Amino acid sequence: MTPLDVPQPLPPAPQAIGPDLAALIACPRCDAVYRAVQPGPGERAVCARCNTVLIAPRRRAGQQLIAVAVAVVVLVVAATLAPFLAIEVAGRSNASSVLDAALAFAAAGPVAMLALAVAALIVFIPVLRALLVIYVLGPVVLDRPPAPHAAAAFRLSEELRPWSMAEIFVIGCAIALVKIADLAQVHFGPAFWMFAALVVLVVVQDGFMCRYSVWKSLER
Amino acid sequence: MEIAGTLRTAREMGLVACTSCTRVWPAGTDRCGRCGHRLHTRAPLALQRVWAWWLVGVIAYVPANLYPMLSTRTLVASQEATIVGGAIEIARHGNWGIALVILTASVAIPLGKFLAIAMLALGVRHGSALSGSRRQQLYQVVEYIGRWSMIDVFVVAILASLVQLGAVASVSPGPASLFFALSVIFTMLSAQSFDSRLIWDAEREGRRA
Repeated sequence: MTPLDVPQPLPPAPQAIGPDLAALIACPRCDAVYRAVQPGPGERAVCARCNTVLIAPRRRAGQQLIAVAVAVVVLVVAATLAPFLAIEVAGRSNASSVLDAALAFAAAGPVAMLALAVAALIVFIPVLRALLVIYVLGPVVLDRPPAPHAAAAFRLSEELRPWSMAEIFVIGCAIALVKIADLAQVHFGPAFWMFAALVVLVVVQDGFMCRYSVWKSLER
Repeated sequence: MEIAGTLRTAREMGLVACTSCTRVWPAGTDRCGRCGHRLHTRAPLALQRVWAWWLVGVIAYVPANLYPMLSTRTLVASQEATIVGGAIEIARHGNWGIALVILTASVAIPLGKFLAIAMLALGVRHGSALSGSRRQQLYQVVEYIGRWSMIDVFVVAILASLVQLGAVASVSPGPASLFFALSVIFTMLSAQSFDSRLIWDAEREGRRA
């Protein structure tokens, strides 16, 4: 499929392509309109003009996404409470959980606002997104009619996507470790490994999600 | 995917596209019937919003560099370090690699984002030397990298919660961490306000003229 050259000024003529707008799909990034053709599982339909992936269905994606979402909820909740990292200097030691990290800003006066923001970005939003995905895809996978307000729930989940930063936090840990490695002895807590697994899951979650297929399934 | 006739945009066809779920509706429709998202042929006041967020992002980045990011107290000394000051300190100890990583993540990437967003917004108004697909790629990179700048704030949070060893050593966050976080958030909002469809409108008009 090659991008077509642009012809002379086009008259606006929606009738020319038939009244069935449901069969069309518009690229959200460049506004180009296509007649939607469902690609096979594992194949992808890409915008001819700007290469944005429009449709990328996968077999049994619903079940996989729900499984991943459940795992994310369990991991985040467990990892929030369990000790995350521990250090030891000259016989004194201190262990810290993810919650401690978020609350590190709480003590420091004007910076306290940041505690709330950090807790939201690394704990609440990832969990909320996972719960929304379960709520939306649950009935779809079970061949039931969509849950009430499923469309609004899925839209919220998509809007929160850039604000879910659990995986960035994990890489932040690695950098923090490098910074204090020569200052103190560092031990990994169980929560560190849970969060490391979380990074993989988040990548899987975003890779498997075909938004077009979800919207299609919510139409029924 | 089949192109409906020749490649045309929803606006040229008298339609309005939903940026949330890709469904198209007759022009003038207010809300998407499938997902409930508000419909606009092009995001209203997109460029003004981009510039407004961009400006507060740049403004917040100034105190983020002037104030200390971390203050460290040990038995023998207490010191406060700004972003650049901390990197220089690390470089003096011979850790050039880490200093370079810090400077890239906290200085080069934020400045690069400001420049890239300004370039994209100016390009819509005044045309750009880059092709539409190049600018689209640039936009996607900015959108993708934007969130990763929060890593600095997380590092401060981790260090401040972990290094609490009473008199031996303790680390507490400085005011710069708040300004840095605000700068990252404002820059993300600036990038999100940009309607990438404007890139392609400008390109198409340019070719037709």
